[in-house]
Amino acid sequence: MEYLVRFAQTHETFRRPEIQACAAVAGVDIDILSYNEFSPYCVVRLPDEAAARAVAQRSILVKDIFELWGEGANYEELHADVRRRTEHRWKDYMNVPFKFMIDYFSGTRSQEKKGEIIKSFSYMGFKGPIRLKNPDEEFWVMEEYIDDVEVSALGVSRVEEPRKIFLCRKIAESCREDILKYDLKKRRYISTTSMDAELSLITANMALAAPGKLFFDPFVGTGSFIIAASHFGALTMGGDIDGRSFRGKESGKLGIYENFDQYGIKSKFIDTFTSDLTNTPLRRTGVLDGIVCDPPYGVREGLRVLGNRKGKPAVNVIIDGVPAHLRPGFIPPKKPYGFEALQNDVLNFAARSLVTNGRMSMWMPTTNDEKHEFPVPMHENLEIVSISVQPFHTWSRRLITYRRLPEGQLSDISKARKKMDDQGHSADELNAFRRTVPYAQRPWDSGQLRQTKPQRDRGLM
Amino acid sequence: MKVLTANFVTCAVKDCKTSPASFPLHFHDAELEQEELEFQPEFIRNILPRIDWPALCTTANELGFPTLPESKPEGDKLEDEQTLKDLHRLLLETHVTEGKLACANCGHQYSIKEGIANFLLPSHLV
Repeated sequence: MEYLVRFAQTHETFRRPEIQACAAVAGVDIDILSYNEFSPYCVVRLPDEAAARAVAQRSILVKDIFELWGEGANYEELHADVRRRTEHRWKDYMNVPFKFMIDYFSGTRSQEKKGEIIKSFSYMGFKGPIRLKNPDEEFWVMEEYIDDVEVSALGVSRVEEPRKIFLCRKIAESCREDILKYDLKKRRYISTTSMDAELSLITANMALAAPGKLFFDPFVGTGSFIIAASHFGALTMGGDIDGRSFRGKESGKLGIYENFDQYGIKSKFIDTFTSDLTNTPLRRTGVLDGIVCDPPYGVREGLRVLGNRKGKPAVNVIIDGVPAHLRPGFIPPKKPYGFEALQNDVLNFAARSLVTNGRMSMWMPTTNDEKHEFPVPMHENLEIVSISVQPFHTWSRRLITYRRLPEGQLSDISKARKKMDDQGHSADELNAFRRTVPYAQRPWDSGQLRQTKPQRDRGLM
Repeated sequence: MKVLTANFVTCAVKDCKTSPASFPLHFHDAELEQEELEFQPEFIRNILPRIDWPALCTTANELGFPTLPESKPEGDKLEDEQTLKDLHRLLLETHVTEGKLACANCGHQYSIKEGIANFLLPSHLV
C-alpha cells in the first residue's frame, strides 16, 4: 500500500534516516517511493495501515501519515488517479462522518477556490454527515508549490499553480508533540551543552531505542540523550569525566535523576558514574544495545582525558605518608586531547561494547569549507547506516549512525583516512578543527555560537 | 550504583583488563538501599544473556543476598515471573549508596559516594 508522509520542513537530511529507523523499530519494511528535500510530502510503501500507524507514531520529524488516494501534476490527473485507485472503496465511506481539509506547502487559495476544490471531489458520493469536530475520517487535499528556499537553492522559477497535488485519508499523527514535553526551557536540570529536545529524540530514534534495551552515553553531561532514549523505553546509563556535570550543585540531589523524575521515567534510569572513555571501566564485551553521544570536541567544552600534561612525570605522589590519590578531594590530572584521537577511541569503544546489530548515533562537527572538511570516522566492525547534517553559519554538525556488524563481517573502510593523533600538546595544536578557523571567526570565542541559528530553521511545526 | 552496573564494570586500569582477577570488582563497606521500580521483565530477559553469572553470584554473596542458583536461568525459567522478579530486585532495585569497589589484581579502590562510583585514575595508573 502507498502512504503519504507529511514531514516537518526542517532538519531535512535527518528525515529519511529517521523514518527508516522508526520502521526498523516497528519491524516493518519501508520503501521510500518519492522524496524531495524541498517538500514536506513523501510517498512511501508500507505493508498495511497498522505498519503506517506504528512508523508514524515513533517519528519526531513526521507530522502525520495518510493513505494515498491519488496524486497528479494538476486536478485533472489527480481526479483520474483517485478514480483508478479508490473507486471500489467509495461505498465504504458513503455514510461515514467526515471532513475535508486542504493543506498547502508554500501557497494558498481563497475561501471561494477552496470550496470549489472540495466540491470537485463530489463524484465520490460521500453523503456524510460532514463533521468538523471529531470526524470519523479526514480527507486531505495537499497542494505542493515551489518554495522560496528551492528557488534560491536551485535557481528554479516560482510557479503560481501547485506542481503536485495529492488526495489522501488521514491515518495517524506522529509523536512530534513530545518535543514540547522535553523542552529544555521547562527541564529541571540543564547546562549550556544540553542538546535540544528535538535533536535528542531524533538521535535516540536513529539508534533504535526501545523497551527492554540497554543504552549508554559516555559523555552524559546533563543527560539529554539518555533521557530521550529512556522516553522511548530503553534503560540507560551514562558516564562522564566530570562528575559535577550529571550531579549538579545541589547536595543530596542527583541533577540528572531529577530530570528522569520530572518525566516519570525513573524506572528507566540505571546509573551514572564518573569515568574517562579512554580509560573506561566497562567490560570489554558486547553489553550495550545502543550508544548515543555528542563527544566533546573542544568548541564549548575543552577536550580532556586522564593523564599528565607533557613534561610532568607520572609518579605516585605521597603526601604525609598517604598516596595523594587516596586523600579526600583528590582531583586526577587531565591533559588536552585530540578530537580525532577521541573519535577513534569512541569507535573502538562502540565496536567492543555494542551487541551485534547494536547502533551508535554520534554527533561530530565539521567546517562548511570543503577543503578542510573532516573525514567521517570509520571502523571495520561498524557499518555506517546514515549521515545527517545540521548546517550553521560557518560550521556544521553531523549525526552519524553506525551498526555493529556480526563477527566475521567487515565494512569497507578503505576510504577512511588513516590518521593518527595530531602532533602537539595544546588544544589548538591537537585539533584541526580549531586550526582551520581563523581566530577572528571563532564562534566559540566571540560568543556568536549560542546565537547562531541553523540556516534553515523554520520553527517547530 | 546498581548491582547490574557492577556486573558490567571492571578495573579501569588498562593492564588489569586482561587479568581474570580484575573482575568482578569487590565491594567493601557497602551501604545498601532498595528502591521499588516498575517491573520490566522484557529488560531482564534481554539483558540476562549478557550477565556474567559467576561474577553476579560473587557480588550477591558479598552484599549478603541469599545464594543464587548455580547456573543462569535459561529457557522455561525465563517465563517464570518469580524468577524474573527476584532478578529485577537484585539487578535494578538494589543500590550501593556508599562504599568501595576494589580490584583484586592491582588493589586499586574506587569510591562510591551518594550512589555514584568514581572510576577516574591517578596519572601513574593511566
